[in-house]
Amino acid sequence: MIALADGNNFFASCERVFQPRLEGVPVVVLSNNDGCIVARSEEAKALGIKMGSVAFKMRALIQRHGVKVFSSNYTLYGDMSQRMHQVLASEVPSCEVYSIDEMFLNLRGISQPDAHCYRIRAKVKQWTGLPISIGIGQTKCLAKAANRLAKHHRRDVGVLHITPENREEWLDKLPVGKLWGIGPQHEARLLAKKIITARDFSLMNPRDVQKSMGVVGLRMLYELQGISCLSLQEIPPLQKQFVSAKSFGRPLTHLEDIEIPLASYTNRVSEKLREQGLVCAAVQVFLLTNCHRPDQPQYNPSMITVIHEATNYAPALIAVALELLRKIWKPGFQFKKVGVVLQDLSQRTQLDLLEPKKNWETRNRLQAAVDSLHGAVRWGSMGYDESWQLRAEYKSHRWTTHVHELPIAKA
Amino acid sequence: MKEMRVTVLGPAEDLLSSEEIPFFDGGVRAGFPSPADDYLEGSLSLQDMLIEHPAATFLIKVEGHSMKDAGILDGDIAIVDRALPPSHGRIVVAVVDDEFCLKRLVYRGGRCFLESANASFPPMEVSDCSENKIWGVVKHVIHTLR
Repeated sequence: MIALADGNNFFASCERVFQPRLEGVPVVVLSNNDGCIVARSEEAKALGIKMGSVAFKMRALIQRHGVKVFSSNYTLYGDMSQRMHQVLASEVPSCEVYSIDEMFLNLRGISQPDAHCYRIRAKVKQWTGLPISIGIGQTKCLAKAANRLAKHHRRDVGVLHITPENREEWLDKLPVGKLWGIGPQHEARLLAKKIITARDFSLMNPRDVQKSMGVVGLRMLYELQGISCLSLQEIPPLQKQFVSAKSFGRPLTHLEDIEIPLASYTNRVSEKLREQGLVCAAVQVFLLTNCHRPDQPQYNPSMITVIHEATNYAPALIAVALELLRKIWKPGFQFKKVGVVLQDLSQRTQLDLLEPKKNWETRNRLQAAVDSLHGAVRWGSMGYDESWQLRAEYKSHRWTTHVHELPIAKA
Repeated sequence: MKEMRVTVLGPAEDLLSSEEIPFFDGGVRAGFPSPADDYLEGSLSLQDMLIEHPAATFLIKVEGHSMKDAGILDGDIAIVDRALPPSHGRIVVAVVDDEFCLKRLVYRGGRCFLESANASFPPMEVSDCSENKIWGVVKHVIHTLR
């Protein structure tokens, strides 16, 4: 038996732990550069604020309802995530960190899984202050589905168990597009075939599923039927990295000549990232000389860097890739190939707003609009006076990791 | 009696790119082994001594003088453990009027109070001593002598 534990509105909840005044009021967290909304408290959801919506378009709503606005504080979220994962891991025989706010728990050998999960949930809340939901099922896909259903149908208790007996009933409440691994393209295709709910999908003919969705789809189908295909640690629907590398038509020696193809590969590979609603937190660039020409000097450098905040925004990734290229490139070599690898992928913060075609222009206009707004609109600024490279006007303190930013208790 | 030691790091051409070539002055000693070697136990760790539940432990800065008789002074840093149950007599971080405050938790006659440790601050009665109001239990206080 497997459970998926997931922090409720994780970023917003992290902000709340250290600021009691945020309890019960709408809270939103903005993406990099304060562009769009990437996390919402329940109260903010109830106001109709959508995930990924552009912050400045929401300003009237934000003002009217006194919504508290925060810039992403990944230092804080990362530390709180580790704490949550530690508490969860201490309660089960084995587990798998799935994302910053999700963890699969192996419940094998635990005699009363439901009761145990209630205890785990209470312990995480007491130890870290973070509210979580837990979905239980025979397989990872069922646990993931149960978790999603728990958020909507068992919010008060936070635990939902899909058993063989109640499986069809619960899966019927879950739209097929909300299933783990079903992207918008597959969703549209399934809806066209009148496959509306997760239950409809679970009753499909395996051959039809394999034909349209391949082995990954087939595994999902079996998993939803209670047949375990995905072991802990193994997560096929979420690709671990994207690579784009091409050989040049002719050997290139000049930096400028290599910059152009690298930028275009990075752009393409970031497009794939956005298609799957993923962001990456690390970029690697490598160069190859022609190993079949031993008469020529050989140099095959590679360098990886962690990005300040995970993104799938093409211009940002291109800038990082070019910077890496400039660091590893050296004159005097005939390069045959350049490649870029986007790593450390996660499903957080899907910012569909910034499509590649609109690129810089949109970004600049957006930025200008947001800039002009800051003078006119008064959002209670919680910024800490440091020169951030990215816009982070409403960033809370790094409460848990910086001694000069600790919370204060009045005595 | 120190001996110089050089570690081979790899072919020289790999190193040409870096401006400094790493060089280790290895601490290889000659002579008799120390008779104390068998008794080494590693050094004391303040982290281990003071923090029982790392995932549940937070540092909070103290501001104010109401707890001075308990030895908690303005500017101290409280080590707060959320894993400990907030029982009678413990010093806790509580949420009062949406702010953190540091007081002693006292149950008396079925009622719940947050008491100061300073005669000029009267005790506060709190209606709700649930986990929502008691944020964590203060386990230690770091006080720097000035």
